[in-house]
Amino acid sequence: MSALLIAEHNNKEVKPFTYNAITAASQIDQDLHVLVIGHSCDGVAKSISEIPNVKKVIQVDDKIYENYLPENFTSAVIKNSENYSQIVCSANTFGKNLMPRIAALLDTSQVSDIIKVISADTFLRPIYAGNAFATVKSTDAKKCITIRPTSFDPAPTSGGSAEIAKGEKGEASTLTKFIKREEVKSDRPELGTARVVISGGRGMGSGDNFKLITAIADKLNAAIGASRAAVDAGYITNDHQVGQTGKVVVPDLYIAVGISGAIQHLAGMKESKIIVAINKDGEAPIFSVADYGLEADLFEALPQFLDELNKLNTIQK
Amino acid sequence: MKILVAVKRVIDYNVQVRVKEDGTGVVTDNVKMSTNPPDDNAIEEAVKIKESGKAKEVVAVTVGEDKAQETVRKALAVGADKGIHVKVDGIIEPLAVSKILQKIVEKEKPDLVFMGKQAIDDDCNQTGQMLAALLNWPQATFASKIEVKDKSLEVTREVDEGLETIETGIPSIVTCDLRLNEPRYASLPNIMKAKKKPLEQINASDLGVDTKPRIEQIKVEEPPKRKAGIKVSSVAELVEKLKNEAKVI
Repeated sequence: MSALLIAEHNNKEVKPFTYNAITAASQIDQDLHVLVIGHSCDGVAKSISEIPNVKKVIQVDDKIYENYLPENFTSAVIKNSENYSQIVCSANTFGKNLMPRIAALLDTSQVSDIIKVISADTFLRPIYAGNAFATVKSTDAKKCITIRPTSFDPAPTSGGSAEIAKGEKGEASTLTKFIKREEVKSDRPELGTARVVISGGRGMGSGDNFKLITAIADKLNAAIGASRAAVDAGYITNDHQVGQTGKVVVPDLYIAVGISGAIQHLAGMKESKIIVAINKDGEAPIFSVADYGLEADLFEALPQFLDELNKLNTIQK
Repeated sequence: MKILVAVKRVIDYNVQVRVKEDGTGVVTDNVKMSTNPPDDNAIEEAVKIKESGKAKEVVAVTVGEDKAQETVRKALAVGADKGIHVKVDGIIEPLAVSKILQKIVEKEKPDLVFMGKQAIDDDCNQTGQMLAALLNWPQATFASKIEVKDKSLEVTREVDEGLETIETGIPSIVTCDLRLNEPRYASLPNIMKAKKKPLEQINASDLGVDTKPRIEQIKVEEPPKRKAGIKVSSVAELVEKLKNEAKVI
């Protein structure tokens, strides 16, 4: 039997986390096939066919799949999943929305958000906001698994030439109507894949003060993150939230500014390679995970930080 | 309109969870328990819709051991009209919970089902979507805004890229994000009144649902600890360390 990965894309481009999911899925089963469901998504299918880990691409193309509604995707996945023992997808908002709907109809108990493949049926996954790691073994004949993308390296993008086959369409559902998507466009690296992330918390005091963070992010080519408190306060939009119910990031460098470090925030960033905390409260829990802690008023420290960075001429991009 | 809200009892979000030494799970004895935070948002939203006159009844349901009733009582204290406790002991997976909820939906015939988008204990993020699949209802997950229209819902969803807006018919399932609303606190008089509200008890075994776990939990362990870091005394020292010691800039 083989594994089937559900690709995430926007009909034009493959979403970056699909490459991480492909690495994870090919650790589960080397005979990895990728299901590309979308509308006018030939380019996506072709890109995926060039990934060396991929043995076959199955493309299901129809207008009804344009906006990735799970009510439509589910039927298409089930129709094309008969010969697979594992169905795999990223544990981001795309996969979290879709996979349980598939699992329930297959009468499978889904394994969510795995961070390590131990064997084809046994996985490591974080529970309690990452405060415990559970080793779990799925006993279902057909398994539904979502993977935490940042725990796996992205697969190489070229060198392969897998066959692209046409898959069977599912039944069209009228249960849900797509209205609009408000995507925040940015020239910055994506939060989930950036090498450097600088995040602001409640201590920033206002949305306007985030310009101090932006200036440093520009200098370091960093993505901008935020704690839930900063998003709730309206300082910044929800797509920046790092944490248990937001995004999980694992950059080489994570700089937490004015973030106290609630358990829920730590869940989203504590696997980062190097963590810097800048906070005026020396007792803030963020210091317990920081490699370098600076107890200082951020409004003084951030402009100084920018000055010091400007003095360097060797910043890695 | 009738709204069913599913709530779960979990370790309180402020508790630093500890792993049991024998690797069988986490310590729950003498640990503060609360309603799963986004489930509070789900209850709040249902009660607000009722207060706006668009719903007549809010029913809170929980699945779990005896003490899980506390979460239903709390829901009753903030405005739910009736509670249901489906009793089941031991580990119960989202698939089994969604099958139990399916039976409750068939019995109660709600127009909408709300619940939190994710439980903060197992972090599975499955139950709402699974219930939607079993009922063949539409799903609106990670909702940060719900607008009840004549025969439909307009829901704004928090997704990785930003926000997405969809329209679902009624009935449908909505899983709620923490930013949906500000849950109210239960006042003492309302806590007292809630004790008089009806709370029905059902045994999961009487619903004919197989709740046996399909996932074997082999062990639970502490995550690797981070090496203790240092405090730096100035921004200049920080930049020097990042450049020459950590080599990340």
